[in-house]
This record gives sequence, C-alpha cells and structure tokens, in this order.
Amino acid sequence: MHEEISKYRKMKCAVLNGLIWTAAGMICLALLGIILCILLKGLPHISLSLLTSRPSLLNETTGILPNILNTLYIILMTLVIVLPLGVGAAIYLNEYAKNKKAVHLIELAIETLAGIPSIIYGLVGMLIFVQFCSLGTSLIAGALTLVIMTLPTIIRTTQESLKTVPDSYREGGLALGAGKWYMIRTTVLPTAVDGIVTGCILSVGRIVGESAALLFTAGMANEVLGIFEAVTPGKAGSTLTVSLYMYAKERGDFDTAFAIAAVLLILTLLLNLSAKFAAKKLKKGQ
Amino acid sequence: MGKLKKISGLLEKFMNLIFTVCGFVAVAFVLVITIFLVVSGTPAIGEIGLTDFLFGTKWASTAAEPSYGILPFILTSVYGTFGAILIGVPLGILCAVFLAKIAGKRTASVVSGAVSLMSGIPSVVYGLVGMIIIVPTVREVFGLPDGANLFSAILVLAVMILPSVISVSETAIRAVPREYEEASLALGATKTETIFKVTLPAAKSGILASVVLGIGRAIGEAMAVMMVAGNVANMPELFKSVRFLTTAVASEMSYSSGLQRQALFSVALVLFVFILGINLVLNLIVKKNRK
Repeated sequence: MHEEISKYRKMKCAVLNGLIWTAAGMICLALLGIILCILLKGLPHISLSLLTSRPSLLNETTGILPNILNTLYIILMTLVIVLPLGVGAAIYLNEYAKNKKAVHLIELAIETLAGIPSIIYGLVGMLIFVQFCSLGTSLIAGALTLVIMTLPTIIRTTQESLKTVPDSYREGGLALGAGKWYMIRTTVLPTAVDGIVTGCILSVGRIVGESAALLFTAGMANEVLGIFEAVTPGKAGSTLTVSLYMYAKERGDFDTAFAIAAVLLILTLLLNLSAKFAAKKLKKGQ
Repeated sequence: MGKLKKISGLLEKFMNLIFTVCGFVAVAFVLVITIFLVVSGTPAIGEIGLTDFLFGTKWASTAAEPSYGILPFILTSVYGTFGAILIGVPLGILCAVFLAKIAGKRTASVVSGAVSLMSGIPSVVYGLVGMIIIVPTVREVFGLPDGANLFSAILVLAVMILPSVISVSETAIRAVPREYEEASLALGATKTETIFKVTLPAAKSGILASVVLGIGRAIGEAMAVMMVAGNVANMPELFKSVRFLTTAVASEMSYSSGLQRQALFSVALVLFVFILGINLVLNLIVKKNRK
C-alpha cells in the first residue's frame, strides 16, 4: 500500500519530532525546576510567626503580615475602582457605541495600555498620583496606578462575554418595552457575569504579581495598617512582591525572600485554578 | 404614568452618558500618560542635546562631571531582547506545535496548565530564582568573577517570554484550516513534514505576532532583569554586567534629583517610544491577519 519513504526523509522527520518533544520537555522541566526550587527553599521558612508579625529590629523578628495586608488592600482598592470603569467601557463598546471610528479609537487605546510595561506605569503613576495629585507615596496612589494597568484586562474579558450574549435576548427585552439600561441590567449583564469574574481573577493575578509599578507609587514601608488607614493619602506600604525584592536585593535575606516567593507561588496557583474553575462552572450554569 | 416615563427617560440618558464616559476613559489614560511622559521627559533631552543623549556611550549621572549618554542602555535592551527571542521563540513555537498537533488531550491540558502557571508567576520570583540558580551557574560554567551579566538576563528573559509566545502561536496554529493539512497528508507527506511545510507557513503571521509580543515583554521587563543583570552602565557585552532601559529608570529613581532625575524621565520616554513602535507593528500584523 504505502510507498516507502526515503531514509533521509525518515531521519529528518525523526529529528524534527525529537526537537518538538525536547522543547516541550525542556519547558516543563524548567517550570518544575522553578517550582521545586521555590518550594524547597521557601516552605521551611514559612512559619506562623512569619505570617502574623511585622519586621521589628527591637524584637528581632521578621514578619510579612503588613505585606500580606497591603497586597489585600491594593487588590480591593483597585478592583473597586476598575470594575465599574472597565465593565462600563465594555458595555459602551458593545451596546451603546454607534460610531465605528470611536470604537476603533478606544480599542487602539486599550491595546496601547495593554502593551505599556509596568515600570512606565510606575513612573507615570508617581508623576500623576504621587506628585501631581499630591497623594504622596501611598497605597492609594499604587492602587490608582494599577487601575490604569488592569483596565484593559477587565474591558477585554467583559467584552468577550458580552459578545456571546445572543441578540435575541436584547431584542426580547426591548420588545417588552424595557428601556435600554433596564434591558442591559436585567438581561445582558447577568448573562455576561462569567467574563466579569474571569477578568477579576486575572486582574487579581496581575496585581499580586506586580512590583515595578508599585515600587515608586506605594512605597516600601512595613507597617501594619488598618483598612481606614490604608486609604489615607500618604500611607505607604509594600506589597508581597515589593518586599520580596527588598529582602533579596537590598538586604540579602534570601530565606525570607524565598518564603515570600513560596507564598506568591501558592497564591498564583490558587488564582489559576479558580480562573479555570470559574470559567467552567459559569459556562455550565448558563 | 407620563411622569414615570419622563424619569426613566432621564435615567436612560444619564446611563448613556455614564457609559460613554467610561468608554473614553481608556483614551484619556493614554493621552495623560503620553502628555506626562513627554512633558517630564523632554527638558533633560533639550539640556543634554538629543544626539549626546541618545548616542553618548557614557552614563555617569553621579560623577563630578556628569555625563548622560544612554546608548549603553538602548543597546543592552536591544541585545538582551534579541537574545531572549533567539532562545525563547524556537522553544516556544516548538512547544506550541506540540500542544496543538502532537500531544494527546490529557498531556496537552497538563502542559498548557503549566504554561499558564508560568505566565502568572511574578517577575520578582523569576528574578529571585535567577539570582540563586542562574547567576551562580553562569559564574561556575564560564569561570567568571561574577555571574550577574547580560547572558544571565537573557536566560531569565527567554523563560519569561515563553508563555506569551506559546499561547499566541498555539492559537495561530490551531486556526489553520484542516483541509490544508489533509491535502498535504493525501499527497504523501508525513505528519511532521506537514507540520513544518504546511501548517507553520500557513500560521506565520500569527506566529510573527507572538514574536512581536515577546519582544514587547522582554524590552519592558524591569524587576527580574534588575536582579540578575548586575546593573552597571557598561556598553553591552555578553559576560559583562549591564543595565537595561527599564533598570536604568528603576535603579536610580529613588535617590535621584535635578537633571539626573529628569534624564531618567527621558530614558522612560525613549522606552515608551520603543514600546509604541512595537505596538504599532503588532497592530499591523493583527490587522493583516484579520483580512
């Protein structure tokens, strides 16, 4: 049946095939190596006292409680601001906008924002929020910087799921005499909630992992702040990533740095899983 | 009834306005960022002189007679990005082929899960692992006094661009119509030949987009590079400690003042121009794809 293919061709195919498997294997090995390295070096240094205390020269303790809290505060503040903005923008693009040029312009802006590196966000955030708006180096300035950074993610994921809402839903709503906003609120948004949730999870992932944008905006302080203190201008605080950088680069305390890395890795893993789970669950629910 | 209608009509108009404002917020952000960068980045360039700034080979911002040439940073960023692409892109494309064409469903879902985990790992964590594993290894293997150099940075960047290269190329490869491959197989080509001679060429613009995306990622990375590149403003050499455009901004910002500080804003402006250029290319490729 088959015509024999030449030895040369056979060998070439085998080599190329081998290359593909090698590449995939190397990437998996690299990831496995990174994970193992972090866990092996980090997990032994995670302790209850590390997680529940603040660094203090007086008591000779190192602790990352302030950094955990700051990370949470920044996530909350950023999401509270970026969610309405991003979802609103997606609704405008998908439901209201009639002018094609305007849509094009906005999409171009979103692409541009998505491509700007975080160090530039950090610098611009410092110029705008810390100096121009005179918020000082503060958690709120950091959160506002991250609002600009995560806006594209929220808009895109919301827009994706708005696009999957069938037009017949909209027409049905409008035909029953509902106003446009009423129709969107009661029919379109509930159906598109999966995209919004996914966008939130992705944004939280980006916020947790962000460091360059926060170095000059949210600062490097290690105080435990209450929730009301955290939103006060001038109250600086370092997140987990920023403190990891400080421990590793400035203080050479690699034990604590790896402990933070392990915490971050576990958080990343959880966020990844929940994004997958949310996407599946919400799709089924519809 | 009439009154109610009036109120709901007003609400509709109000919401319409709100959404329009939200829609244009992204545009406003881009404008504000551009304006702030240009306004704070140009004075130093004016004072130093554009050619001295861009093509000066010596950066000594804290010296008694300061000199502000950023050619070392520009070249380092370009070389570093090029190196990362050279290593990361072939690996990434091959892995994308593996995911889209070769792996079974289960293997593929494990590997792509790994890749998405990789994209979520914070850059400081990559930097930390680089500092502890790659830098000492490079020092030992090449017998150098210090392993924190351009080569280590390239290795870290290559790993960091993998996820974006893989996911975009994979999508492009999956989008190739089945008929192309079936035709090639029917003509007697083997599966591997079909992949390399039919599928990949057909997916080339998507793969190109993934490369450009990788370039953007690599040139914009700051923290990981800061931790492994040594951070000395040398002209780039593979085994010398170097400073990138991004790390130039990050490393001196906290203690800078006066002209030095303004020059850092100018460095950021140059980086921004680079990024805009890359975005433009990416946009053109994607647009061409859609057609």
